[in-house]
Amino acid sequence: MSALLSVQGVHTFYGSIEALKGVDVTINEGEIVTLIGANGAGKSTLLMTICGKPQAREGRIVFAGEDITRLATHDLVRRGIAQSPEGRRIFPRMTVMENLQMGAIAVDDSHFDQDLEEVFTLFPRLKERITQRAGTMSGGEQQMLAIGRALMSRPRLLLLDEPSLGLAPLVVKQIFQAITAINRTKKMTVFMVEQNAFHALKLAHRAYVMVNGRITMTGSGAELLANEEVRSAYLEGGH
Amino acid sequence: MTAISQTRPPRLDWPAILRDAGLAALVAFLLTVPLVGFRTVDRPTGLGIELHINEVVAAIALVFLGRVGLSMIRSGVALPVLVLSLVVAVAGFFINLPTETLRVVMIGGGLVIAIRALITVMTHRSKLTQAERDRRMDRIGAKVQHASRYLAPVGILFAAAFPMLPIADRHLIDIGILLLTYVMLGWGLNIVVGLAGLLDLGYVAFYAVGAYSYALLAQYFGMSFWLCLPLAGVLAALSGVLLGFPVLRLRGDYFAIVTLGFGEIIRIILVNWYQFTGGPNGITNIPRPSFFGIADFSRTGANGLPPFHSLFGLEFSSLHRIIFLYYLILILALVVNVFTLRIRKLPLGRAWEALREDDIACTSLGIDRTKIKLAAFAIAAMFGGFAGSFFATRQGFISPESFTFIESAIILAIVVLGGMGSQMGVVVATLLVIGLPEAFRELADFRMLTFGMGMVLIMLWRPRGLLAHRDPTIVLYKNGAGAAAGEKGA
Repeated sequence: MSALLSVQGVHTFYGSIEALKGVDVTINEGEIVTLIGANGAGKSTLLMTICGKPQAREGRIVFAGEDITRLATHDLVRRGIAQSPEGRRIFPRMTVMENLQMGAIAVDDSHFDQDLEEVFTLFPRLKERITQRAGTMSGGEQQMLAIGRALMSRPRLLLLDEPSLGLAPLVVKQIFQAITAINRTKKMTVFMVEQNAFHALKLAHRAYVMVNGRITMTGSGAELLANEEVRSAYLEGGH
Repeated sequence: MTAISQTRPPRLDWPAILRDAGLAALVAFLLTVPLVGFRTVDRPTGLGIELHINEVVAAIALVFLGRVGLSMIRSGVALPVLVLSLVVAVAGFFINLPTETLRVVMIGGGLVIAIRALITVMTHRSKLTQAERDRRMDRIGAKVQHASRYLAPVGILFAAAFPMLPIADRHLIDIGILLLTYVMLGWGLNIVVGLAGLLDLGYVAFYAVGAYSYALLAQYFGMSFWLCLPLAGVLAALSGVLLGFPVLRLRGDYFAIVTLGFGEIIRIILVNWYQFTGGPNGITNIPRPSFFGIADFSRTGANGLPPFHSLFGLEFSSLHRIIFLYYLILILALVVNVFTLRIRKLPLGRAWEALREDDIACTSLGIDRTKIKLAAFAIAAMFGGFAGSFFATRQGFISPESFTFIESAIILAIVVLGGMGSQMGVVVATLLVIGLPEAFRELADFRMLTFGMGMVLIMLWRPRGLLAHRDPTIVLYKNGAGAAAGEKGA
């Protein structure tokens, strides 16, 4: 396995506040990697820094051998990084179909039909709702659409920010099953930021724990799930 | 509530109704005294104030009666009120009233109350809830939008046949040109505001750039209208890009304020660059367009072109030029419309709509926001420029007076009131916003008051615009994804 994405010593600032204090993360081809941590630890900031907004003040981000630290967000899609931003951010007044088309807007659309079929296999619910306005769907369906839309650009790396946010436990399970399926069947590399540490660790190959802008712990999902410190900090009480 | 009012016999609580109506009359009194009661008149000795007591009294009486009518409807006595209000509305046509305004208030008020009463008679309810009303209006909006497939060709045919109709005189065709100019501007601005969701308060700047481009090119280089029309479009588009660069990093309110400033900057430059633009005096004697460079519309022909009427073997009529201008603006407006309808189905148009919905999601999907915003700005500006040079050639005279903020506001009002992004809505709103004041010209001073009232009513009843209903750009047939994918490939 080779590193698809490597984050090397990244420092990110919001004004004068240092949100990331030297973060190193490596994501190998074909892995699901998750990043867990408390509110305000800097999880989303790391994801956004990878996307170039805000840009890292120090350090490097390398994707498939290319330095992407200073690239604009919209340039990443064509290089094979798809983002499903926090809060889903589907286009509410557009139909499901139009949303999915938007996912492929920046890339060569010769695979469009095939990709669409794959998304519908993954989320049959979306096919049922194809002409429905996205804003009128349930939260879970919207999250499926957000992931499906990201997949339409044929990414090599899928970045997910809090895919379980605000969803019912049963739906969360469905979403995580879908993520596992994407990884297995399409050999897709996934990097996921999650608050729902228990579910995230269960499905992830490897995981990082972030505290106050630093990575404090790393290991396989199972290792961290068994770790006493992680258990008391993120798993017990609430989940 | 519905069940109760159906079973219970109507009972009127007269003291409460009268108290309520009295209160309404008091408010009416406070409002009408300054608005209607006093009027300044020109006297040989200077300005004087005239009192119009009878109008105030009539207005208050109407408000009082109207309020009593509404209360009665609310208590379930709808049928008598329906009859009475219709009588009042009809009476408004025939009775001799002190002013035209009162006549409009009487007819309009009577009809509104009649409609309310009718709803009650039909549904046994005094009032629809906000949600119900919204749903109903949405359904009407959707219906109109669907009907626009048939309505639009009919409308276009009517517009095309209009100058040939026997009712069309010079005055009406002039109004037609005015309406079409605003329809075109509305459709142009709709690209920026309706599709891309960027609130542009300075659209008139591009209109001005187009108008002055033609006027100045004609004045200094003697260039013809047909050569200048595309040039004016290009120059306006360039000014759109010029404005776009500094502005597009801004969002929301800040964006709107800067565009507002840009509109004013252009106007102030036009006023102050006296040597070049003629300053506040404007530019006169702007050449009229020829008939596609083949013929001229004057009696004897000009610039080496033969006169239009002799070329086509017609009797000379000054109406020919007006009709030609009418068709010119009709075609220009339709070009904008067809362009917008087409581009909505293309990736660029789709990206604009996505931008309006959620710009962060757009970036995450690989859309370069700056680029597509600039494109929206430049294209809308280009259409504004076309409209501007048409305006210049039609008027034959332009000055910075024609390009004040109120113009931007009116065009924006057309787009917003019509329902952002709705092409049909722009037409309907233009008829209301531009057509009604023309129709109510007799109201003179109260024209703008009715205009304001109309806007307030639309915003109360239809906060998202008259025809705020977005149709998907792709229609799926029974085989579902296949058809959609086919369109995507096409």
